[in-house]
Amino acid sequence: MTLATHTELALYDLSFKSRFLLGTALYSSPQSMLEAIEASACNIVTLGLRRQNPANRDGQDIWEAIQKTGCHLLPNTAGCKSAKEAITLANMSREIFDTAWIKLEVIGDDYTLQPDPFALVEAAEELVKQGFKVLPYCTDDLILCHKLVDVGCKVLMPWGAPIGTGQGLLNPYQLRTLRERLPNIPLIVDAGLGAPSQAAEAMEMGYDGILLNTAVAKAQNPAAMARAFALAIESGRLAYQAGLMVKRQTASASTPTVGQPFWHQPCNRN
Amino acid sequence: MTQPENVLDHSAPEDHTTSIDASVNGVRTTLAENTTVKQLLESHNPSHAPVAVAKNNEFVPRGQYETTVIKHGDALDIVSPVGGG
Repeated sequence: MTLATHTELALYDLSFKSRFLLGTALYSSPQSMLEAIEASACNIVTLGLRRQNPANRDGQDIWEAIQKTGCHLLPNTAGCKSAKEAITLANMSREIFDTAWIKLEVIGDDYTLQPDPFALVEAAEELVKQGFKVLPYCTDDLILCHKLVDVGCKVLMPWGAPIGTGQGLLNPYQLRTLRERLPNIPLIVDAGLGAPSQAAEAMEMGYDGILLNTAVAKAQNPAAMARAFALAIESGRLAYQAGLMVKRQTASASTPTVGQPFWHQPCNRN
Repeated sequence: MTQPENVLDHSAPEDHTTSIDASVNGVRTTLAENTTVKQLLESHNPSHAPVAVAKNNEFVPRGQYETTVIKHGDALDIVSPVGGG
């Protein structure tokens, strides 16, 4: 029997060896970012657009560094608060990066950075019509996810927890429900993860990939943390494919009881 | 607190008759009347870094820079790549 591992991540019309998508913000330097990307072995990186300040080369240095990685680009619409803003920024992004892929973010609350589900669907529907390949950053609400699929999203990216919190999977029940109810849609947990074990947990549920940024960029050693997440993601995927055992309420001896010396009556201390 | 004011004069002295005020990346900027987006970028983006432009929250495709005239009160957003999550 062969190990059912190393299947590729299929998103829209492309396939990727890695199931790890990594953000490019918050690193202490472009070099630190490049080392993390290399250690992660990711094939997709996210990036953004901001108002240009010609006196500040920071943005250009990051962009030049990202181009060196050869990774597939997934630009975002971070910070947009209406469908109109997100649609405009997506078009600007398509022109600069020469890709129709867009990580669609429409934020509805500044405190939690929770997506606005109504504006998200509105923006997704229009962008799909304009030929974009939309990867929406969404909540774990089942009906919202169905609506996003209905308007043409072929990948969904529900949050694990609010962006940058490192809280992990705050609603495993809902995430598991999404997996069960949308078996043919690639699902990527995006945002809120803080530890590799949390990424493994999502992958063990059957999630197709993990997108994160802060947990790696803000680690004391980003490259080492990127590697740790990559291993956890691969481990979780392999565990999912191998098939997890069914949980039991009571103990069940793994060593055969037949032929056991020193036979005892069952001991129940109640 | 008042925002810094940029004065970008794209016209020759002899035809510099009227100026307009526009917002460029949130900064009030005085421009010569009939300045196009292409002319604005020559001043704002002399290094020709990759940028995209929106006028009054509407995307301006690269092919329209030369024909898109900035009017008094317009709001221009000029964006470039940054790291993102």
